Amino acid sequence: MNPLDILVIILLAIGLFFNLIAALGLHRFPDVYSRLHASTKTNTYGSIFLVLAVVVYAISNYLDGAAAATQLQLAIHSLIALIAILIANPTGSHAIARAAHRSGYLPKGVVDAMDTGVTGSKQEEQPTEEDKKLEGA
Amino acid sequence: MNIFLIAAILMAVFISIAILRIILGPTTPDRVVGLDTTNMMVIATMILLGAAYDSVILIDVAIVYAILAFVATLYISKYLEDEA
Repeated sequence: MNPLDILVIILLAIGLFFNLIAALGLHRFPDVYSRLHASTKTNTYGSIFLVLAVVVYAISNYLDGAAAATQLQLAIHSLIALIAILIANPTGSHAIARAAHRSGYLPKGVVDAMDTGVTGSKQEEQPTEEDKKLEGA
Repeated sequence: MNIFLIAAILMAVFISIAILRIILGPTTPDRVVGLDTTNMMVIATMILLGAAYDSVILIDVAIVYAILAFVATLYISKYLEDEA
């Protein structure tokens, strides 16, 4: 067996394992924020390894000289798709978490530093320590 | 059997686990989280299938799908934010 084939199998196994964790993490946590935390990071990390497996497979085929142009195209386009995932996934999860907090879903059982007691916390400015000192003086 | 095809079938199983969260999810943001995870897994599966069938066109579809899924997620989040 080619050593590159073994590398492909190892990369695929790592990627599939982390995607399994992402799928299970959606069901194992109590609120939306911890679900996001469990699924987004592991999903991105697993996708990196799955794409790397495809790239290694394409490059090993390219070195064997089978349909060289197609294999090179496969590797480069996979890397472009990986860049799209790496940009889209964390930004999207940030937007979801922000929207969930703004529309009033609070995390369970933790002290929420962003919680001002009302939804739409943007307008509601908390007095800072400086303000409190000035008021007292 | 091609090893990438086996990996893609396993990814399909994980996608169905993630879809369960869209069905069960008690609140709207939970469903959006399930949808986002499902979208990203579908992209990875498309790349695996592109390697399994040695066709670049599937990977081009995955790139476009990634961008459109991102825009859809932002749109839903924006709507959720304005609704409150």
